[in-house]
Amino acid sequence: MSLSFWLGILQQGFFFGIMVLGIYLTFRVLDYADLTVEGSFTLGAAVVSQAIVNGYNPLIGTLMAILAGAIAGTVTGLFHTKLKITPLLSGILTMTALYSINLRVMGGKANISLLRQDTLITYLQSWGLSKDAASLALGLFTITLLIFLLNYFLKTEIGLALRATGDNEQMIKSLGVNTDTAKIFGLAISNALVALAGAEVAQFNNFADVNMGIGMIVVGLASVIIGEVLYGLENFPGILISVVLGSVVYRLVIGVVLLFGLPATDLRLVSSLLVVLALASPRIKSRLKLTA
Amino acid sequence: MLIIKNLNKTFFPGEVNEKKALCNINYHFFKGDFVTIIGGNGAGKSTLLNCIAGVYIPDTGSVLLDDEDITNIPEYKRAGKIARVFQDPLKGTAASMTLEENLVMALKRGQKRSLRKAIKEKEVKLFRERLAVLGLGLENRLKDKVGLLSGGQRQALTLLMATLQKPDLLLLDEHTAALDPQTANKVMQLTDWLVQEFKLTTLMVTHNLEQAIKYGNKIIMMDRGSIILDLNGKEKKEITVTKLMERFARCSGNSITNDRMLLSKWANVS
Ligand SMILES: Nc1ncnc2c1ncn2[C@@H]1O[C@H](COP(=O)(O)OP(=O)(O)OP(=O)(O)O)[C@@H](O)[C@H]1O
Ligand SMILES: [Mg+2]
Repeated sequence: MSLSFWLGILQQGFFFGIMVLGIYLTFRVLDYADLTVEGSFTLGAAVVSQAIVNGYNPLIGTLMAILAGAIAGTVTGLFHTKLKITPLLSGILTMTALYSINLRVMGGKANISLLRQDTLITYLQSWGLSKDAASLALGLFTITLLIFLLNYFLKTEIGLALRATGDNEQMIKSLGVNTDTAKIFGLAISNALVALAGAEVAQFNNFADVNMGIGMIVVGLASVIIGEVLYGLENFPGILISVVLGSVVYRLVIGVVLLFGLPATDLRLVSSLLVVLALASPRIKSRLKLTA
Repeated sequence: MLIIKNLNKTFFPGEVNEKKALCNINYHFFKGDFVTIIGGNGAGKSTLLNCIAGVYIPDTGSVLLDDEDITNIPEYKRAGKIARVFQDPLKGTAASMTLEENLVMALKRGQKRSLRKAIKEKEVKLFRERLAVLGLGLENRLKDKVGLLSGGQRQALTLLMATLQKPDLLLLDEHTAALDPQTANKVMQLTDWLVQEFKLTTLMVTHNLEQAIKYGNKIIMMDRGSIILDLNGKEKKEITVTKLMERFARCSGNSITNDRMLLSKWANVS
């Protein structure tokens, strides 16, 4: 396998790893299966692309994307906590609404091209990096920063309250935490990260597409589970690093499958099978007595 | 200090499975009271505690704590004043988090939480000291996940967490019922010690009549949503399990078979 193959795996692994951190936050920390992700990923891409096309600095555009994602997560959180809609349905409702909103953000077009526009990656290139090196640097920098921030946050007083909300809601309520607020906050952060991932992927691919978020929840879950199964770490920041590595391994599997000549249209099937396999594997592991 | 006025709570009102859980409860708890609450299954004991803690909002009536009407205040806002220990040892702690993380969350009970690092050296020292009192060796396991502890250890930890930040009111709902007799005894002794040490006003629901008699300064008996017996002072000191069962039979006016079931159940437990 060529160097460019491995480079591609790492670049994608890191960019999508940003989203995986967000999904880890809801899926594992908050114990909330959030489908908003599919819409907020596209939202991030749409917002940054529209901002860039309209002449905004790509950094400002990226920050706008993060904010938009946080709002999407907040809406899902409000659906769930204030209107008592189930987690799954709350996410589906926001995701569905976001499809229309994303199209509006994109000015009614199904895709926006960023070719010959300034992006975070072209900024880095202007410092003398190649496109590949700049992309890798952006992904790695974002991931490192996020792992650092999340590791700190999850050990703060509010971070502990958030984790306890996912672990034992009754207990943390009796200790005086408004768990509704905690859930909304967690969903906002998670979707902010997912939108950031969408924004960086759009700048990496040089386009935003209204359908680019489809299937992201499975990609994210697959990465989280692969990371957990392969590395078996439970503490912070170990687990955060694991799930990002899970994202890289996921890209590697996909890359190899493509290399074997499978058409790209079969990737979703492969992704789903991978999740099923990964979900089954802790059981396989314990059956083989590989774990305690 | 805790005043319950005309408290009523009905579940599923107007439906076929309507359940009147509390019927016009009135009671005045004084500062430093350690009240044990007994009664058959479905008598309304847990519902009463849940109304005091804010898990349920009563249909009518009011709950006053230190002269403040807290009847309609959400549960999480009462947490600064009220600490609780549940029957299920798994419910009082977060299994995926470490002992010190659980303890520090309890230390912040009812306080505003910030973006500061939660665990600091000073607090770790306090946790070590407090855990050492339990005599379970937990002071050396601060970084272990709580999920690794036994039920009894977890319940002892929960109790410690409830008192780490002195509550105005401690609510215990059959908190030793899920433990084996020996562990139950230990946790009960720890409870008594903590209540004395910190002079805690305490309400303890129990199915164990000996426990109810041995501990506390008052006994309340509940039946079908009402308080049917209230013993304190000399009466409380002189009561025995047999006499208590007789009084229950008289007060409740249950059919004889019903009583037998209850009595035999209690006899088994105690
Ligand atoms: N959340 C609820 N929804 C519907 N009915 C309830 C609920 N909680 C309690 N009840 C009903 O209210 C009545 C009183 O229940 P409660 O749990 O207070 O009894 P208890 O005295 O604690 O009994 P036990 O000794 O079995 O714990 C019961 O008939 C019960 O079925
Ligand atoms: Mg009960």
